[in-house]
Amino acid sequence: MKGITKFVIADILKNRIILFYALILGVFSWSIFSLEDNTSKGIMSLLNIILLTVPLVSIIFSNIYMYNSAEFIELLVSQPVKRSAIWTSLFIGLAVALNVSFLVGIGIPVLLFVPFMTGMTVIITGMMITTIFVSIAMLCSILMRDKARGIGLSIMLWLFLSLIYDGLVLFFMFQYADYPIEKPMAIFSALNPIDLARIQVLLQVDVAALMGYTGAIFKKMFGTMTGYLVSLILMLLWIVIPFLISIKLFNKKDL
Amino acid sequence: MPFSVLKISLLFLLLVTMTQMAICRIIHVGPGKAFKNIRPALLEAKDYDTVYVYHSFYKEGNIVINKKIVMIGVDQPVIDGDKKYEVVSIKSDDVVFKGFQVQNSGFASLNDPGGIKVYDANDVVIENNLLENNFFGIYIQYGKNCIIRNNRVKAYGIEEQQIGNGIHCWKSDSLQIIGNHIQGHRDGIYFEFVTHSIIWCNISKYNIRYGLHFMFSNDDAYINNYFEANGAGVAVMYTKNVIMYGNTFKNSKGDASYGILLKEISDAEIRGNRFINNTSALFLEGANRMLIHKNVFSGNGWGLKIQANCMDNVITENNFAGNTFDISTNGSLVLNTFNDNYWDKYEGYDLDKNGIGDLPFHPLSLYSVIIENNPIAMLLYRSFMVTLLERTEKLIPSITPENFRDDRPVLKPYDL
Repeated sequence: MKGITKFVIADILKNRIILFYALILGVFSWSIFSLEDNTSKGIMSLLNIILLTVPLVSIIFSNIYMYNSAEFIELLVSQPVKRSAIWTSLFIGLAVALNVSFLVGIGIPVLLFVPFMTGMTVIITGMMITTIFVSIAMLCSILMRDKARGIGLSIMLWLFLSLIYDGLVLFFMFQYADYPIEKPMAIFSALNPIDLARIQVLLQVDVAALMGYTGAIFKKMFGTMTGYLVSLILMLLWIVIPFLISIKLFNKKDL
Repeated sequence: MPFSVLKISLLFLLLVTMTQMAICRIIHVGPGKAFKNIRPALLEAKDYDTVYVYHSFYKEGNIVINKKIVMIGVDQPVIDGDKKYEVVSIKSDDVVFKGFQVQNSGFASLNDPGGIKVYDANDVVIENNLLENNFFGIYIQYGKNCIIRNNRVKAYGIEEQQIGNGIHCWKSDSLQIIGNHIQGHRDGIYFEFVTHSIIWCNISKYNIRYGLHFMFSNDDAYINNYFEANGAGVAVMYTKNVIMYGNTFKNSKGDASYGILLKEISDAEIRGNRFINNTSALFLEGANRMLIHKNVFSGNGWGLKIQANCMDNVITENNFAGNTFDISTNGSLVLNTFNDNYWDKYEGYDLDKNGIGDLPFHPLSLYSVIIENNPIAMLLYRSFMVTLLERTEKLIPSITPENFRDDRPVLKPYDL
C-alpha cells in the first residue's frame, strides 16, 4: 500500500498540472496580501478562491486522474494486492498531492500575513475542502463508468454545493421568514461542507457583526468549542462517507 | 502723616485674617489622636475647619457632613457602611472630601444610598477616593459647580436591578467629572437633567448596562473618555447641544449593544472618536443636525446604523475600514449627507489624481438591507450567491436607495 501511495504521489507530481496549481494559488495569495494592507479584506478575497477554485480543481483533477488510471488500476487488481488497499492508496495519494500544493500556494502566505488563529482556520478549512472533494470525485468516478458522465456529475455536484445550495437556503429563508427558522437554517447550512467552511472563517473575521441578532444561534451552533468540534466532525464525515461508499462499490465492481 | 489710609487698611486686613486663622482649626482623627472616631470630630468641627483622618477602619453608620469643612484622608482610611447605611452624605456647600476608601454602602431602591452622596450643595470637591462595593458610587443631586476627580469606583454587580450607577448625577449644573475609573456598576456615569458639565478623561468599563448614560442633559461635553466592554455601550438620549470629542468606544458586543446609541439628539458634534470592534458602532435614531466628522470606525459589525427618522446630519471626513457593514438603515428616505469619507470598500478610480474618487460610492450594501429585515440571512453572508447579488445591486441599485451615496469618497484614509 505504501508503495502504491508513493507511486501515485510521484505520478501526480510528475504531470506538472499540480505544480502549476500550486503556483497559481501562490501568485493569487501573494498578490492579494501584498497589494492589500487590510488583511481581513485579503482573507475575504482568498475565501472566494478557497470556496470556489479549490473544490473545483480538486474534484475535476481527481476525477480525471481516476479515469486515466483505469488501466493502471486493472493492472494492480490482477496482482496479489487487496482492492481496498489500492483504492485507499489512490485516495491518499491524491489527497496528499492536492493538499501539499494548497499548503505551498496558500498556506505559506496566509501564515506569514494573517493573525495566527484566523490563518489556521483558513488553512484547516481549505485542507478539509480539498480532501472532501477528492473523496467526492472518487465516488463519482466509481458511480459512472463513462468518463464524460463522471466528469459531468462531479461538475454538477460542485455547482450544487457551491452555488445552488446557498441559493436554495436563501430562497427558503425568505419564504419562511415569518417563522422561527433560525435553528433549521443553521442546521441546513451546516450540512454543506462549503458553507461550513465559510462560517468558520466568518466567525474569525466578522465576529463583531455576528454578535448581533443571530449571534446567539451562531455562537451556540458554531462558535463554541463544541460547535467547532461538531463542524470539524461534519467535515470529516464528508470525507469518510463518500470514500467508504466508493470503496465498497470498488470492492464489488466488475472491472 | 504717620499712618496713611493704605497702611491702616492693611493693618485691618491683617487683623481680620488673623482672627479668621484663629477660628479655623485643624482636627485630627485616628488611633492615638484627639478623636478616635469621625462622627464626634464632625460634631466638634465648625465651618472652614480641616479634618485629617488617619489610616484606620471606621464603621460608624451614616457620616453626615453638614459644615463647610475639608476632610482629608491620610494613607487612605477606610469608611465602611456595613451594607446598611449610606456611607458619607454631604449636605453642605464648599466641602472637600479626599483620599478615603469608602465601601459597602447599603442597598435600597427607595432612597438610593450611595458611597458618597451630595445633597443640594455647591462647590463640593470629591477627589482621590476609592469606592468599593457600594450601591451607588458617587451620587450628586441638585449639585452645582462640583468637581469629581480621580476617583476609582468599583462594584461587583451581577444584575441590573441590584446595583446602582458609578457616578450618578441628577438635576445638577456645571459639574466636572475628571479622570475617574469606573467598573462593575449598572451605568458607569449617569446624567439626568445635568447641564453645562464636562466629563473628561474617564475610564468606564465592564459596567452591566451603559458605560455612559445621559438623558435630558443639555450643553455638556464629553472629551477623551474611554469606554470598553460595557453591557450595552453608551447611550445618549433626549438631549441637545452635546459635544463628544476624542472618546474611544471599544468592544461593545451583543445584539442590543452599541458604541454609542443616540436617540432624539439634536445639534451635537461628534468628532475625533474611535469606534473599534463594536457590534454597532454608532446608532442614530431621531437624531437631527448632528455633525459627525473625523471619526474612525474600524472592525465593527455595523459602522453606522442610521434610522430613516434622522435628518440634516452631516457625516464627513470619517474613516470606515474593516467593518462588516459600513452603514445600514431601515428605510429609503435619505435626509443626511455622507460626503468626503474614506471607505475601504470603495472600488472606483481617480483619473484626475485629486485624491477624490471619480465615481460616487454607495455605502449601503444590499445585504445590510436584507439583514436589517431578516437577520438570520447573516448565515449566508460572503457566500458566492450573496456576493453575486451584491455586485448586481452595486451596478443597478434597486432595493437600496439610489441617493444614499458619498459623492466625493476619498481614496486614502485620513490621518486620524
